[in-house]
Amino acid sequence: MQLNIQKTKNSFKKKLLGLQLKDGLLFKTLIYALLIGIGFVYVYPILYMVSISLQDLSDLLSPSVLYIPSKLYLENIWTSFQVLKYLETLLSSLSVTLIPALLQTMVASLIGYGFAKFEFPLKRLIFGIVILTYIIPPQLIMIPRFVLFNDLNLIGSIWAIILPASLGQGLYSAVFILIFYQFYKMIPKALEEAAQIDGASPLYIYFKIAIPLSIPSFITSFLFSFVWYWNETYTSSLMLNNVVETLQLRLLTFVSSYQDLFPGDAALINEGIRMAATLLIILPMLIVYLFIQKLFIQGIDQSGLAGGEQ
Amino acid sequence: MNHKKRQILYGYGFIGIWLIGFILLTLIPLIRSIIFSLSDVSITGNEGIVTYPVGFDNFINILTTDVTFIDNILMFLSEMILYVPVILILSMMIAIMLNQKIKFRALFRGIFFLPVIIVSGPVINELLNQGAGSVPLIEQYGMLETIGEILPSFLAQPLQSLLSEMIMVLWFSGVQIVLFLAGLQKMSAEVYEAAQIDGASPWETFWKITLPSLRNIMVVAAIYTVVMLSTFSNNEVLGLIRQMMFASNGGYGYASAMSWLYFILIGILLMIVVLIIAPKENVKRIKGGKKHATQHSKNKKLL
Repeated sequence: MQLNIQKTKNSFKKKLLGLQLKDGLLFKTLIYALLIGIGFVYVYPILYMVSISLQDLSDLLSPSVLYIPSKLYLENIWTSFQVLKYLETLLSSLSVTLIPALLQTMVASLIGYGFAKFEFPLKRLIFGIVILTYIIPPQLIMIPRFVLFNDLNLIGSIWAIILPASLGQGLYSAVFILIFYQFYKMIPKALEEAAQIDGASPLYIYFKIAIPLSIPSFITSFLFSFVWYWNETYTSSLMLNNVVETLQLRLLTFVSSYQDLFPGDAALINEGIRMAATLLIILPMLIVYLFIQKLFIQGIDQSGLAGGEQ
Repeated sequence: MNHKKRQILYGYGFIGIWLIGFILLTLIPLIRSIIFSLSDVSITGNEGIVTYPVGFDNFINILTTDVTFIDNILMFLSEMILYVPVILILSMMIAIMLNQKIKFRALFRGIFFLPVIIVSGPVINELLNQGAGSVPLIEQYGMLETIGEILPSFLAQPLQSLLSEMIMVLWFSGVQIVLFLAGLQKMSAEVYEAAQIDGASPWETFWKITLPSLRNIMVVAAIYTVVMLSTFSNNEVLGLIRQMMFASNGGYGYASAMSWLYFILIGILLMIVVLIIAPKENVKRIKGGKKHATQHSKNKKLL
């Protein structure tokens, strides 16, 4: 009898704490609780944004309405849609992000291939400089670039963004060159040698063998390039100089644009409208992410940034 | 054309576009930036930019009279000292949790990575303005005020900003979490089994196996964190530099000098971070190798 109780006690303890702590029920519960808690903190700002942007003025002021609006109120979204000139700005936003992202990716592939497959003097030094450009902060070269582009009359045009991107000097170009370098290094030499024996030129090998193999790297680079260009405002606001407008830059001047559109109503701008505007800014990225979330994370795994750099 | 020449030709052919871009858009601007920082730059209607050399005046002025710059730099430094370790530790902890045998791992990972996609200066601005940057519980229980009362202000201020921007700190950890998780998943299960058989507790396993093998990734994650925090659009030092470009008491020269001071600071920070985290084995291996080599030559002599 006594023994039996002891036994059940022990097996209960085993289940609760597990043999190695890590497989116990208590441990599992704790992990899930922590993950769900942290996960909630992560999405809290987005939930808050959605909730506030759906509340009308009386809901916002009412102490009884905290998170769940009393009715579906879409006026805030519509107002900020107008203030942001959403569709028009979205198009220009896409043009200053998609085009540089695409060019930057293609150029990074070319450069990465050069470093991975050929031996030439000063290669290690030049590659070192490529990596070093990652830590050159944007503000250091921003002023002279601004002066240069100003002389060339490129300020306020999309070329001020496209030109650096297409010469491998765009936003975090070094990262993308490194991603392609790592990938092309992994392609077995035998593959090219076989093609070489068949008389293929290096250019032919690059276009017909290397590029098709590196489609995953292209996708990763393009996605991250796109996201980073989309979210970057420090340099682009200076270079685009309010001539080409992007959604991010319009959010920066949202209050004054609102006052321009609804003069006299200035006092009426409330957090509902501002949160609706913020939601509209992140909406395109949220939609992209919902569909191809896996590609982003696989990208980091494959890039060789984790563990590859030794 | 022989093989070697072809290699050189094609090599430079492929990276040529980078070399041109680097010289025109990075190297020359860097040199001009140095010249600007040592000059008084004025913009005239007909001659364009005119620089007048003033030596280190800009730097001296900034360091001796510019209170705003010094303040911003100190604020930035104290934030970095707090944020970088917190971000690294949090993201490693989250990665370790995600690496357990759990359901919905992909979903959790997706949530933790989400901020990377949407984080931008203006968006963070709006969120912080509306008070969505903090965990509601922290504010409700008056934790911030308590900290302000207990701790001295140089400690309390960064800690308060850390807590009130806790969500933002977490939001900056997305890439690091994925990096750590990738590293953890590459580790072989056998090592852990062996340790378990030898009677190592999970606590010991973490310190003796997990942490040392994550060192390299931690260096990458730390560099990423420092670079990202110091170049984020909302950064106050960056804001000040931008403002000074067109200010009457500033100008291109003054702003360039500020940029260089800031860059030097970030460089020092990066070096310290890498020195603290980087694996010490390499150093040991070199020393050990030398010993081995001398031993070897001694043996040779004996023979």
